[in-house]
Amino acid sequence: MSQNPPLLEIENLHVSYWTRAAEVPAVIDFSLSINEGDTVGLVGESGCGKSTVAMAIMNYMGTNGSIKSGAIRLRGRDITQLNQNEMRILRGNEIAMIYQEPMASLNPAMTVAQQLMEVPIIHQGASSDQSRSASEQMLSDVHIPDPARIMASYPHQISGGQQQRVVIAMALLANPSLLLLDEPTTALDVTVEAGIVKLIREIADKYKMTQIYISHNLGLILQTCERVCVMYSGQAVEEGSISNLFSHPKHPYTHGLFNCIPLPQTDKNDAPLIPIPGQLPLPHERPTGCTYGPRCRAFKEVCGNQGVPYEHIEETDQHVRCRRWSEIKPGDLIPDKVPMENAQIGDIVLDTKNLSKHYEVEGTSRNFSTMLGFKETVALKANQELNLSARHGETLAIVGESGCGKSTFAKVLLGLETSTSGELTHDGAEIGTIGVRDRQQVQLAALQIVFQNPVDTLNPSHTVGAQVGRVLKKFGISHGKIDTRDKTLELLAKVKLPDEFYYRLPRQLSGGQKQRIGIARAFAGKPTLVVADEPVSALDVSVQAAITELLMEIQREYGTTLLLISHDLSVVRYLSDRVVVMYLGRIVESGSRNQIFEPPYHPYTEALLAAAPIADLRVKKRDIILEGTLPSPLDPPKGCPFTTRCPRRIGDICDTTPPEEQISVGGHRIACHIPLEELSQIDPVFAITE
Amino acid sequence: MSTTHSDLVAKKPRRGLIAVLINLRESWVGMVGLAIILFWVAVALFAPIISPYDPLAIQTPFAKPGSPAPDGGVFWLGADHIGRDILSRIAWGSRTVLIYAPLATFCAYVVGIIMGLLAGYQRGWLDILLSRVGDIILSFPVLLLYIIAIQEFGRSNLNIVIAIVFGSAPGIMRIVRGLALDIREREYVAAAQVRGESNWYIMLTEILPNARGPLIVDACLRLGYVIITIGILGFLGLGLPPPDPEWGGMISETRAMAMIFPHMTLAPAIALSSLVLGFNLLADGLRETSLKD
Repeated sequence: MSQNPPLLEIENLHVSYWTRAAEVPAVIDFSLSINEGDTVGLVGESGCGKSTVAMAIMNYMGTNGSIKSGAIRLRGRDITQLNQNEMRILRGNEIAMIYQEPMASLNPAMTVAQQLMEVPIIHQGASSDQSRSASEQMLSDVHIPDPARIMASYPHQISGGQQQRVVIAMALLANPSLLLLDEPTTALDVTVEAGIVKLIREIADKYKMTQIYISHNLGLILQTCERVCVMYSGQAVEEGSISNLFSHPKHPYTHGLFNCIPLPQTDKNDAPLIPIPGQLPLPHERPTGCTYGPRCRAFKEVCGNQGVPYEHIEETDQHVRCRRWSEIKPGDLIPDKVPMENAQIGDIVLDTKNLSKHYEVEGTSRNFSTMLGFKETVALKANQELNLSARHGETLAIVGESGCGKSTFAKVLLGLETSTSGELTHDGAEIGTIGVRDRQQVQLAALQIVFQNPVDTLNPSHTVGAQVGRVLKKFGISHGKIDTRDKTLELLAKVKLPDEFYYRLPRQLSGGQKQRIGIARAFAGKPTLVVADEPVSALDVSVQAAITELLMEIQREYGTTLLLISHDLSVVRYLSDRVVVMYLGRIVESGSRNQIFEPPYHPYTEALLAAAPIADLRVKKRDIILEGTLPSPLDPPKGCPFTTRCPRRIGDICDTTPPEEQISVGGHRIACHIPLEELSQIDPVFAITE
Repeated sequence: MSTTHSDLVAKKPRRGLIAVLINLRESWVGMVGLAIILFWVAVALFAPIISPYDPLAIQTPFAKPGSPAPDGGVFWLGADHIGRDILSRIAWGSRTVLIYAPLATFCAYVVGIIMGLLAGYQRGWLDILLSRVGDIILSFPVLLLYIIAIQEFGRSNLNIVIAIVFGSAPGIMRIVRGLALDIREREYVAAAQVRGESNWYIMLTEILPNARGPLIVDACLRLGYVIITIGILGFLGLGLPPPDPEWGGMISETRAMAMIFPHMTLAPAIALSSLVLGFNLLADGLRETSLKD
């Protein structure tokens, strides 16, 4: 270990928030020491206290939070003892922080230049000219093309990825010794995230800057950090180097997290995910003894008696907070699992032919006629000539980043929008041009949706029972009050919720429970096709696994076709039978799951695969970082939609001619000018080593 | 199914007005407001018991508070310029204000909510039409509108209610429209659309209940304004027809003598402002407690 004293030393830190009712301990007995130049990941689910630790390091906990006891020493100086003035000098100069939402970190009323130049002027007393050149230099260091133009822009005029780069530049300008990153890429698209992650790694190498990287995503931690600390319910439960902790996790919770993540080598049928049972205890309901006890499959009486000490494992760099870590074998933590049978795939339920959806939007051009009030309309081509089909009982995934048109397709399918041209048939009947008001009840019941956002999916004013019961009544599944109630309770049981939930209001439920109700509501009318729009992306890892498994179980039971809309390739790979990849309103590749995840790839699919973080040391990935930003759908490229960012662009033909779909064996379609033979020569994006 | 219906009903959460009032206990400002309002409600309910005399009976003009009445009783708050007992008139007058102010506010809310939901949820030409009409009404000085309307259609209880609905509904529409614009984008509204619910079902069942928080607060404030408005109309001689006791009218009738006999004007003025204050405090309390939810 290092001879130098650690840069940051956190010792027995306790942080509490005070509410009117009681004290809420958010962080309990947290210790961590970080050497100069280290990158340490802080991982855990929402509510585990990881952000509170970061706020405590900044000594910025709002009016109702405070450090109860413990010390935070930066270069040996206890910053919990500093007053506000001394702390203000420390913030920015010594410690800088980067938040999740770049748009919320930047002041919308100031140009990028004003916001960047402030930093050297305030912290180093630099002159205006000095700080301008330093800012421009820093922007090119964080790989922003054309820094001069960005400097003159307002935050809303640049893309999300660029905004986050500006925020990073701002943090780096003061040359802090410690950089705190709180979920810096969570709000970004996956290919943009890959770029930011690469930048963060580069900063660590180039500036030897000490970093604390907070994330819920183990895959991202693996890519960015050297050491990792796992938090659960306000406590650190395990800490160690990436290589040790990822290959030999000691704490049952860490095991549990890994079991919840679909890995590339697993499949939904032979290796189901293993959700962690139960849910995170509320801060005032933490059990005595091990806080993870009630959810642990290896729980013994000894675990529940008293607080568990944070133990250093001899001759390693690992710490663990578990009484039985040396006795537990990984097998004890996995319940007996039954391999599932593949669902029966039947006839075609959904079919589209050259389906297009264009929105008429007001043009941005200003000329004489627009000045006179004649509005020019421009077609926003949200979906262009989609050809896809889905069979009974099948899971079809539509993958793509925000703005690719996957949600628009779902809206047309559900009748919330009508198509502009082409055909969309469901069970042989054309529905693309029929809005939801004009559809027959059978069609309405047949096509349902599970939404993304658990906060929004249920009406906060009505009880769970009323909301599910309404669907049953509406679609004529139940008749009369008693029947509706009984059938609602049956549905609740199907999504594994007890009867008590009948009269609960949405605010009394956790995110995962709300999502279960959302699933019950979608399946209440016995649909033939359910759209699942990012069904788990807003949930915690351990809950994601449970919801994913539930969705599959119900799908199998009802024989429903699932249209999975997602940007998360690990979920897609795990769940889907067939995959459609969309970019800028067009389908660029489609095929069976294995065809998509193995060469030949469309260059965009290849980049997407390379960008998705994977939490497995055995998986070696190629780095592909896409340059530039998504072109405006109002003015898409004339040729291939991906030509502006494609790393494999072959020449002018890409800019001028839209590529034909090349069809290979088994119906694998790739829309690219590069011949299939050549695409087949490309190495797989990841290799699994043992 | 092992659970019976009554088992489930027992677990039904407390909702609506009761829940609001339980939360309100946390705010002493709100509780003071509620106490003032309940005081006046009690006065109105028990007006026949509280008032010692017939509010229309003419006895001793300009009697000071506490001075003896001809029948041996006491004018607790004095008597007005034609000798009517002020306490009795205030007690009976509270009935007028506590009937017509809530009635007018309620009617204004029905109209404003329907307009706001249509404008905010349906959008399109309906939104443009309703919003412009609302803007036009709001751009007039409201008082002028009332004066013109009542002089045109005559002094009557119904016309006062109609005038207040006409003047308040556009403001309510704006609030509801803004809330509806936000709520219509929620996923539960999309879920209702996807299962083919009618527009009215979506507006009334999915959207309106979720707008209730801000609307309850606004309703309390607006009730205060309406009470003042009824008072002002009475003061301007456009209120409820005399001789029925009415606070605004009492202030108006006695104001010329207010320098010499302040008690005649002060008593109804204090009554009026205390009731308005009560509603404002209640609104503050509701806002404070509803934010915590």
